[in-house]
Amino acid sequence: MRQTTASLSRGRPPPKRPPINLQGLWHNVGFRNFAYQLLVVGTIIGLAVFMVTNVQDALSKRGISTGFGFLFEEAGFDIGEALTGFESTDTFLLAYGTAVLNTLKVSVLGVVFATALGVILGIARLSSNVLISKLSSTYVELFRNTPLLVQVIFWYTIITKMPHPKQAWSLSDWAFLSNRGLNVPWPAANPVYFWTALAFALACLSAILIVRWADARRRRTGHKIPVLWWNIVLVLAAPFLVWWFGGAPSELVIPKFKGFNFVGGVSLSPEFLALLLGLSLYIAAFIAEIVRSGIQSVSRGQIEAAHAVCLSPGDTYRKVILPQALRVIIPPAAAQYVSLVKNSSLGVAIGYPELFNINNTIITLSGHTLEAIGMMMAIYLSISFTIAAIMNLYNRAVQIKER
Amino acid sequence: MKRVVIGAAMAAILAGLAPGDATAGPTIDAIKKRGTVICGANGNRAGFSSLNSKGEWIGMDVDTCKAIAAAVLGDKNKVQFIKTTSSTRFTALQTGEIDVLTRNTTWTLSRDAKLGIDFVAPTFYDGQGFMVNKSTGAKSVKDLGGATVCVLPGTTSEKVVADVFRENGLKYIPVVIESKKELNTAFFGGRCDVHVQSTSGLSAARATVAPNPEDFVLLPGIYGKDPMGPVVRQGDAQWRDIVAWSVYAMMTAEELGVTSVNVDEKMKSKDAETQRLLGVKGKLGATLGLDNDWAYRIIKQIGNYGEVFERNLGADSPLKLARGLNNIWTKGGLLYSPPFK
Amino acid sequence: MLTLLAMWALFVTIPDFISWAFINAVWQTDDSKDCQVAAGACWAVITEKHRVMLFGTFPYDEHWRGVLAIAIIIILAVISGFKRFWSYRLFLVWLVATALVFLLLLGGVFGLKPIGTYQWGGLPLTLLLFVGTVVGGMPLAVLLALGRRSSLPAIKALCIGFIEIIRGVPLITVLFMASLMFPLFMPEGVTINKLLRAEIGMIMFFAAYAAEIVRGGLQAISLGQYEAAEAIGLSYWQKTNRIILPQALRIVLPALMSDVIRAFKNTTFVSIIGLFDVLGATATALEDLLWVRYALEAYIFIFILYFVFCFSMSKYSAHLERDLSEGRNL
Repeated sequence: MRQTTASLSRGRPPPKRPPINLQGLWHNVGFRNFAYQLLVVGTIIGLAVFMVTNVQDALSKRGISTGFGFLFEEAGFDIGEALTGFESTDTFLLAYGTAVLNTLKVSVLGVVFATALGVILGIARLSSNVLISKLSSTYVELFRNTPLLVQVIFWYTIITKMPHPKQAWSLSDWAFLSNRGLNVPWPAANPVYFWTALAFALACLSAILIVRWADARRRRTGHKIPVLWWNIVLVLAAPFLVWWFGGAPSELVIPKFKGFNFVGGVSLSPEFLALLLGLSLYIAAFIAEIVRSGIQSVSRGQIEAAHAVCLSPGDTYRKVILPQALRVIIPPAAAQYVSLVKNSSLGVAIGYPELFNINNTIITLSGHTLEAIGMMMAIYLSISFTIAAIMNLYNRAVQIKER
Repeated sequence: MKRVVIGAAMAAILAGLAPGDATAGPTIDAIKKRGTVICGANGNRAGFSSLNSKGEWIGMDVDTCKAIAAAVLGDKNKVQFIKTTSSTRFTALQTGEIDVLTRNTTWTLSRDAKLGIDFVAPTFYDGQGFMVNKSTGAKSVKDLGGATVCVLPGTTSEKVVADVFRENGLKYIPVVIESKKELNTAFFGGRCDVHVQSTSGLSAARATVAPNPEDFVLLPGIYGKDPMGPVVRQGDAQWRDIVAWSVYAMMTAEELGVTSVNVDEKMKSKDAETQRLLGVKGKLGATLGLDNDWAYRIIKQIGNYGEVFERNLGADSPLKLARGLNNIWTKGGLLYSPPFK
Repeated sequence: MLTLLAMWALFVTIPDFISWAFINAVWQTDDSKDCQVAAGACWAVITEKHRVMLFGTFPYDEHWRGVLAIAIIIILAVISGFKRFWSYRLFLVWLVATALVFLLLLGGVFGLKPIGTYQWGGLPLTLLLFVGTVVGGMPLAVLLALGRRSSLPAIKALCIGFIEIIRGVPLITVLFMASLMFPLFMPEGVTINKLLRAEIGMIMFFAAYAAEIVRGGLQAISLGQYEAAEAIGLSYWQKTNRIILPQALRIVLPALMSDVIRAFKNTTFVSIIGLFDVLGATATALEDLLWVRYALEAYIFIFILYFVFCFSMSKYSAHLERDLSEGRNL
């Protein structure tokens, strides 16, 4: 601060307004700003032109073709895990599609697990039980303070050290964990499941509408309608009834060791498991911190005030604590979700076929380095911007509304 | 403050632009000026290129690079290794970051034609091999009737297995497993009788995964095609020749029985080709743009092909790979160097 | 109930772990066969390979220079932790120290054997990348943050574009761009050192994130400060350097610290583009067929190594935050 005062006393003579001449033009703020910008923009455009000519030079000299036509050529490689049923005779374009689906698959599951674990850990950290809160904080410190890449490789090393499938660790012969990944039972395909899911979605939708309606009515008339229990019944009963009248299918396909591998059920590869574990355990540590500070941000006074106006404990939590804590929790949590999606690119280190990894293969096989990198960047950007846009919408909805 | 930062940034960029890296001009001049040969290496493939416990580069590909350095610069240690990944290797070569790519890259038509690069002189012929447990008593693929075979899907191995068994009129039960790691554990855990993979892969797997490596043997015979060797940029014929003939010099040396131990003795040899190889007679080195001792230095400092092979992949290494295809043509292999004339 | 469950979980796992990690472990051996017969961990892999893991391809006889470089950086980092040394000058000291470490590793002066950057590796490389990222990234971050709040539309748009694009893609793609596309953009015959390319990628990524934090600090400063500075006739740079930035940076210091820690963890990404940082060197060291079985032990070792660095930084940052929230004058 001493320096500041010194410069203050030195000051600076007030600007004079000389008659218009070339020097005066330079003292004109508007012109000067324009000149600065012209300089910066000009430099950048110049640099871009310089780079592009260099690239064109280099490529034409070596006879390397350019253009996005290669996307429709035959890929000629296989992808270990392909939700699209991708085969080596399909196009590069479909390879991108498959890769994006794999990225989204691990990201969505990662977000779900990270959130669940993070919320539990965040609440546990505030627990009055010393052992629980110590364990939770140890976890958070351990996983937050080591590089994600080291963790992912670590998990992968552990999974590949698991026993062979014949001596797989099994959970009463239902689920199997071996060095070939995790095999779990899965319901046998049946159209009833689709209708059940549809019923569940519809029930949730109507439950939200009912709450809205009840709230509006309460505001208008002052009468409170206990809709919570009705809603719970609705959300649980509707899908159950559909499932029941659909013939109550309950057949599960249980993985069985046949010959050399597990058959039936859902099989999760070691690469997928390691990446999923790494991502969710790492991000969970951050979510835990966010949840903890979110809950701590709601001041005691708020809760006491809620008691004072005779809100029930449930209402206190639902109407006072949660909305305020969420307002603090959501923005940083959203940033963590974006970071999780982006970090799924670390699958390349262990061979999970996500976007970055597949893009590498495509570059090597097609030779179209620039186009492939452009494709990949565009895809990642659109994923990130989509999440950011959704979060902005949500943020606008939960912001404090001044009435 | 801003000026300091900009100044620092400029300095950093200038420092980075400083010469010291490979250029795309006549490669040999750039190398002589710089004093080192820059090779693109893998770093993660035991036997071909990896680091020892002291952090030094070792392996077959590494020795190929050192041979080139010995020929051009006279000292095998005047090399720089740039670790490349499978996706950066060709760009590094195209842009002139490296002089030569020695990174077990398989020679295929589309790579050769599409990428603006040239493959020269394969140094290693990989192919599919058959591995069995000694206790099965099988001595050749003809003894494998009715066996269960572990194989990777969609690879040349799968095709090779089908072909070999059909040719020999034998039946087999294929077991196709997606990942190489799983495949290895499956085989060494006793799930299948036969393991089919690239021979170098099989040996590495035996050394790393097998509980008792001595219990498993490779049957004679290699199937399928995987020629691997150094790669250079297109458009510099002289450099291409130097790389190719550095490799051929090692092969010819083995053919003529010249080793790093007896090379000084062999200088007095009466054999005409030996004399031309070692530069005692003729001016072969000059036609390449090198001096006449270039091949002598390669053999003296690195050894002939056989020595390099045994040291990195063969009996003296943990891989214990048999020569097989990678033997001199006079001994039933594929290594056939054009004559030194 | 929960306590019991937690205690049971600890009771089940800890004895197994101890017997694996300590009782049955092999601590020292030259022959990997000794490890094969043992039932516990093989820590000998670390005694055998620690030089590669910590120094990569750096020439074996010159490792003392790497040790010295590590020591300089750590000592300086500890000194920087004391608030009384905080000033712009400290930043200059870091700049000088970075250059010094650079020279020490590069050699070619004072009779030191020259060692090209292509041979650098291990912990010195990790630390140098980290320090370079922060030292190079902070000024860029400040410039970007100022640019984003600038009244000049073209500059504002450029800064927003840069920040949002970099923040929208994974770090590994930025590094990949730097290592693959950069050489293509240069005129023929000019190539930029691989290490420098990676460093530029790291700096760009760090700066884009830090810029957003700095911007938060700039926004938190009341309009009155700006107006007062303008009223006494300070120029834009005088105002920014003397009045606004010192306050803004203090406000965002804890948030910046978490970015700095992330920058340290992110150095591991360079192993994917083929540099021998600690992780990359470890992965390569484990290619040795005799020792590859003991990858888990080696990874536990570097896990602990990274933890020690990041944990001390995060403890320090928590301490800083407490200081700030207690309103003590910095």
